Amino acid sequence: MNMKTQLCPKKMIEFRGVSFHINDILARAIVSGISLEIPQGETLVLLGRSGSGKTTLLKLMNGMLLPTKGEIFVQDRSTTAWDPIRLRRGIGYVIQDAGLFPHFTVAENIGLVPSLKSWEASRTAARVDEMLQLVGLAPREFSHRRPRELSGGQRQRVGVARALAADPPILLMDEPFGALDPVTRTELQREFSALARRLGKTIVFVTHDLREALLLASRIVLLEAGHIVASATPQDFLRLEHPEVRAFTASLAVNPGAPA
Amino acid sequence: MTTWSFFADHRAEILAATLDHLALVVIAMIIAILIGVPLGMFIVQRPALRTIALGIASIFQTIPSLALFGFLIPIPYIGGIGKRTATVALVLYALLPILRNTYVGLTGIDPTVLEAAEAMGMTRTQILFRVRFPLALAVILAGIRTATIITIGVATIAAAIGAGGLGTFIFRGVALVSDALILAGAIPAALLALLADFLLGLLERRLKVY
Repeated sequence: MNMKTQLCPKKMIEFRGVSFHINDILARAIVSGISLEIPQGETLVLLGRSGSGKTTLLKLMNGMLLPTKGEIFVQDRSTTAWDPIRLRRGIGYVIQDAGLFPHFTVAENIGLVPSLKSWEASRTAARVDEMLQLVGLAPREFSHRRPRELSGGQRQRVGVARALAADPPILLMDEPFGALDPVTRTELQREFSALARRLGKTIVFVTHDLREALLLASRIVLLEAGHIVASATPQDFLRLEHPEVRAFTASLAVNPGAPA
Repeated sequence: MTTWSFFADHRAEILAATLDHLALVVIAMIIAILIGVPLGMFIVQRPALRTIALGIASIFQTIPSLALFGFLIPIPYIGGIGKRTATVALVLYALLPILRNTYVGLTGIDPTVLEAAEAMGMTRTQILFRVRFPLALAVILAGIRTATIITIGVATIAAAIGAGGLGTFIFRGVALVSDALILAGAIPAALLALLADFLLGLLERRLKVY
């Protein structure tokens, strides 16, 4: 690699003055005036209440939604110029209930994007085993199971493995640990935090849980009613004076007895 | 006693009529499936056509079966007296449950699964054939099962336009006021329906593994 990319990591995703409206009579804005740069290798956490527009931003990044105003650049190309299928095959996506295909085995779920990209069967199979090991599941034990034979935590691990299978440079995660019990959630958060650091991917992570944001983020972006109201590293974030930031930090303080 | 002896004396004819009946039903069902399932898949991709297709299929269901057979007789190519007309009418009857269940099955998929499929970069066609269709199979089969049972019953009326089958006994029995003749048509038809229901039900349960 040349010196320039090392000194100044290139931006993977960039929002330039983006707004998105629902196409109805009122033309309500879901997000508006969004400008945001996400450099390569960053773990950006989009924090906000329900309905603040976090998921909308995520879907704008992989072209599942197209902006009403402005442009989103992924690897220096606008999402409107990308072939949506090619764009999405280069971006891993993990959602709350994992969204695994119930009629596929674990191995078929993980191998889906490689198979869509017409990898050879042997290469896909090796990659599936590698991915299962990466997320802490023994390939021999799990690859032939169906999603209904897994616990919630295991399903979510498979979801992460599936998103990483084709080695995409970008990973989008929409409250991936939101539906898990607190013990499993903490376990997966810790493991994923270590994994994220090791993989060096550009990760955009949506959550409404400040504790999770502080654990995983290299930068936290706070959304309120479709606008970005704060952007800071986890250390600086807690010191910000914005009322919405205060509301979130207060949510940490109300239950001091809860395990971290 | 008279009914039993009638059955015993005419078992070869009853068997022949049953096979005739079965052939009529199977051919009509194959055609109805070949039209209904692809049409159902097509209207999932084109929502504008959904109301029209389901509406037309519903209209055929509301026409009394004897009247439908009658209406078809004067129509060239598909009409006339005999099996061909009967098959057309049976196909029109079987179409609605198959079409409706195909549509409902294909659209009733867990939205998170569809979201994941789209986000992973599957095309609409790939989502249809590799996600929607396999997950809808049990519901589609339930429609085929309903349609088969309806068709076995309606096919008895096809004898009125000379299509043969078990209805022949029933119509003759009504004309001659003979319970034995009516039962010679009705009992095998009922048994066929029960058997089809059982076997297709078995298959349906095997597909519902998720």
